[in-house]
Amino acid sequence: MEFTLSEEHRLVQSTVREWAANRLLPIAAEMDRTGSYPRGLVRELGEMGLTGVFIPEEYGGGGMDMVSYCVVLEEIARAEAALAAVLSVNNSLVCYPLFAFGTETQKRTYLTELASGRKLGCYCLTEPTAGSDAASLRTSARREGPSWVLNGSKIFVTNGVEADVLIVYARTGSEGPHGVSAFIAERGDPGLSVGKVERKLGIHASSTAEIVLQDCRLPADRLLGEEGTGFTVAMATLDGGRIGIAGQALGIARAALEDSVAYAKDRRQFGRPIAEFQATQWKIADMATRIQAGRLLMYRAAWIRDQGRRHTLEASMAKLFASETAMWAATHAVQIYGGYGYIQDYPVERHFRDAKITEIYEGTSEVQRLVIARQVLGALDHAVEPVRAGGREA
Amino acid sequence: MNIVVCVKHVPDTEVPIKIRADGRGVEESGLNHVLNFYDEHGVEEALRIKERFGGTVTLVTAGPSRAVEALRTGLAMGADAAIHIQDPALSSLDHVGTARVLAAAIKPLSADLVLCGKLSTDDNAAVVGPAVAEFLDLPQATAITKLELGEGAATAHREVEGAVEVLEVKLPAVITVERGINEPRYPSLPGIMRARRTAVAARTLADLGIAVPPAGHVELLNMTPPPKRQAGRRLEGEAAVIVQDLVRALREEAKVL
Amino acid sequence: MSAASDVWIIAEQAGGRPRKITYELLGLAKTLAGQGTVHAVVAGREIAGIAEDLAAHGAQVVHVAASALLEPYTTDAHAQVIGTLLAEAAPGLVLVGSTAAGRDLAPRLAAKLDAGIVTDCASVEVQDGRVVAARPAMTRKAIVRVAFHDGIRIAVVLPNIYPPAPAEQGRSADVVTVPVTLDPASIRTRVVAVSAIKRETVPLTEADIIVSGGRGLRGPENFALLDKLAAALGAAVGSSRPPVDSGWVPHDYEIGQTGKTVNPQLYIACGISGAPQHLAGMSGSRCIVAINKDPQAPIFGVATYGVVGDLFEILPLLTEEVRRLKSAAGDGGRQAAG
Repeated sequence: MEFTLSEEHRLVQSTVREWAANRLLPIAAEMDRTGSYPRGLVRELGEMGLTGVFIPEEYGGGGMDMVSYCVVLEEIARAEAALAAVLSVNNSLVCYPLFAFGTETQKRTYLTELASGRKLGCYCLTEPTAGSDAASLRTSARREGPSWVLNGSKIFVTNGVEADVLIVYARTGSEGPHGVSAFIAERGDPGLSVGKVERKLGIHASSTAEIVLQDCRLPADRLLGEEGTGFTVAMATLDGGRIGIAGQALGIARAALEDSVAYAKDRRQFGRPIAEFQATQWKIADMATRIQAGRLLMYRAAWIRDQGRRHTLEASMAKLFASETAMWAATHAVQIYGGYGYIQDYPVERHFRDAKITEIYEGTSEVQRLVIARQVLGALDHAVEPVRAGGREA
Repeated sequence: MNIVVCVKHVPDTEVPIKIRADGRGVEESGLNHVLNFYDEHGVEEALRIKERFGGTVTLVTAGPSRAVEALRTGLAMGADAAIHIQDPALSSLDHVGTARVLAAAIKPLSADLVLCGKLSTDDNAAVVGPAVAEFLDLPQATAITKLELGEGAATAHREVEGAVEVLEVKLPAVITVERGINEPRYPSLPGIMRARRTAVAARTLADLGIAVPPAGHVELLNMTPPPKRQAGRRLEGEAAVIVQDLVRALREEAKVL
Repeated sequence: MSAASDVWIIAEQAGGRPRKITYELLGLAKTLAGQGTVHAVVAGREIAGIAEDLAAHGAQVVHVAASALLEPYTTDAHAQVIGTLLAEAAPGLVLVGSTAAGRDLAPRLAAKLDAGIVTDCASVEVQDGRVVAARPAMTRKAIVRVAFHDGIRIAVVLPNIYPPAPAEQGRSADVVTVPVTLDPASIRTRVVAVSAIKRETVPLTEADIIVSGGRGLRGPENFALLDKLAAALGAAVGSSRPPVDSGWVPHDYEIGQTGKTVNPQLYIACGISGAPQHLAGMSGSRCIVAINKDPQAPIFGVATYGVVGDLFEILPLLTEEVRRLKSAAGDGGRQAAG
């Protein structure tokens, strides 16, 4: 077992870490305050190959693997979590389905632009009445001659305001998952508009918007994958997306830890740095341990995926653990900072606000637990018999 | 254009150092090594010239096995080839000796231009660049903040005390670059993958025709932390009063006014 | 090295007058030479009268290389002429000033002469019969002491550390004319233009007093506050890295790890937090004044006098007070030495 990152993974890590420290960290607080980011950042990331990390070079991507992807998101999120959200959507939820399910023409038209950062993508699945129960979505798409006409509204769309390309899931058939199809929409398509822009608890710099489809007319070649396979497309994006969110969450957790360590060494009370007090030390120890554990879960999930093997269980475990670690670490970071932790001049209250979303999107922690349980209990069905049959190894 | 860039693998200046108990240097463990800051500018300048005029960029380094990472970073930025001079005798060389070795590796490359960072951030010596120029018998221009290439010559800007000097330098030449000459690019992921696939040529002193390592002319006696400055006096309160206190102190105590 | 060893210096001159660093080297050379002889080498165009000045400041033998081809400084011309001279004389120790020209020439000479070289020397001493130099390393996070082995030793000395040798009337020196037989074709660089950086004051590396600004100044226009104080003090103006990165001031203002290293008598840091990268460039200052409204700023850890206050309030008052002091003292303002 090799537990260290390879030389090129380390080079990816140091490159992105340095970029983030120079270009992102100095403006992180301002991005949170203004709820926006310089659009040029996405272009810069694109030039480095980070807007399509695991998309092959021929389609404008970075040509790297899932482990690199986690490393990238962790380093970005350590500096600023919202940009990590922007990136993860573009990479996992838009570039990936185009790569896995798109026709060659669709890839040439859209994937290259998105992977290289010239265009930004978003993913429209959730609706007001369809969140965790995504299969119950109601946005419809009916065939009208050569076109598809879509009606409905999607909410909580990250990158909704800036996106040039939208992956939209709509019902083309009957109830349930098999009636759903995926479409590629573009800003400017007739009948497509950005509705309400949400004000959130955290990750302010990334936009979260409603996308309204009112007789939105799309040419036939905008269908992504076969009709009725929309849910397969959506689910296929999840495993990779979840590993990415684990990266984002661990970046936030690491920010909480590093800021806490710096503060604890500096802040003196009762004649000593608070880092010398056991209460502080134990929090720091637990933060560091959980982050390390989360990282190992994440790398393992990424590595298994890179081997081409099933990794649904591992991806869910990584996302669940990393996101809960982020929230836990950020909460304790605020505590370590004490009164200053509550003040916006200091970064930890932002980590606290940013961390929460990682427990919710791309499958809430509750959903992750269901997925994991299903996998584990499913395996146990087989394990029970051999034991009864006289101790044969499962 | 055939451009050669000398690079060095040095401790990351952001990381605090720990001086060895025997005072013979720094603790290697816990150090993070990176491509020398000034060499990043050298590589970037070489890449810009290549993008404008065409040609190849070859990196050269003399250092232990970890120094290959400096080459990888440069290759990931876009350099085409790399040479790693590795030899147990390297650690006993002084700067002039190292320059001799680098020059021996560069000579057969028929370079039109040799770029170096003006200094490396570990020893801050700024000796190797000009010494390499001497051993290659090439003209030099040091601490350059702007470089433009022309027909058979380059125009280089350098800061001297209180002025900017514009030099015309016949090519081939050795140029050492100063911060501000350019903004080095970040390696891209495809670049990192390509760097992995690029073979790094290895050289020992014997390969370079150096049978006996050049003798060193200097010897490190010891390394100590800098004298700790004592924090002095705080002046707080009303501005007008502070200013009077300060001027009086500067005049009468510190005697600098 | 024995108690009576010749020490050579490479003198730098501007307009026929020795530069301040040259006097500093002469003072150091005298100390190191002991009973030995202090030699000065000077190369330039119109330098006829310079030997007298150098002699008055302690040079006992002055080697004068005069030629139009030697000024302005070019590496090839100086390396050939001075290199040949040093190769013949084979002195035990050569002191060079750490100036742009000195840093350009000294390593080339070291390679040419196969000599030992130590740059950025903060001190040069004879200890147990050996020449030992101390210099900052690891971007000023350490001091190293380096001993030279036998042979020609070149020490490139930092400016503003050793006091300039005083002039003494009645001292004279042997003047040796150095034959200059340079083939112009062998000089492969040419100074095409020199444009003075539009700054009235002394270069930062030579200044006795420096007023420096950081991010706390908030914008380029506020450097005018520093200019006023500097004018009153006869000081040079510098900055930390953020104002340079933000484009408020040009790069030649920068003091620190990626800028200049300075050693003034007085360094006034305004709105500078005191990151290690900046301290690396100025922590050698004899007296440091820090003006910052953040009491936790790291600069206060090294400041001789720490002013916790609003620099926008303090600076004008300080400028006024300095002007008042100067006019009261009647010394018309202490001009920065050339």
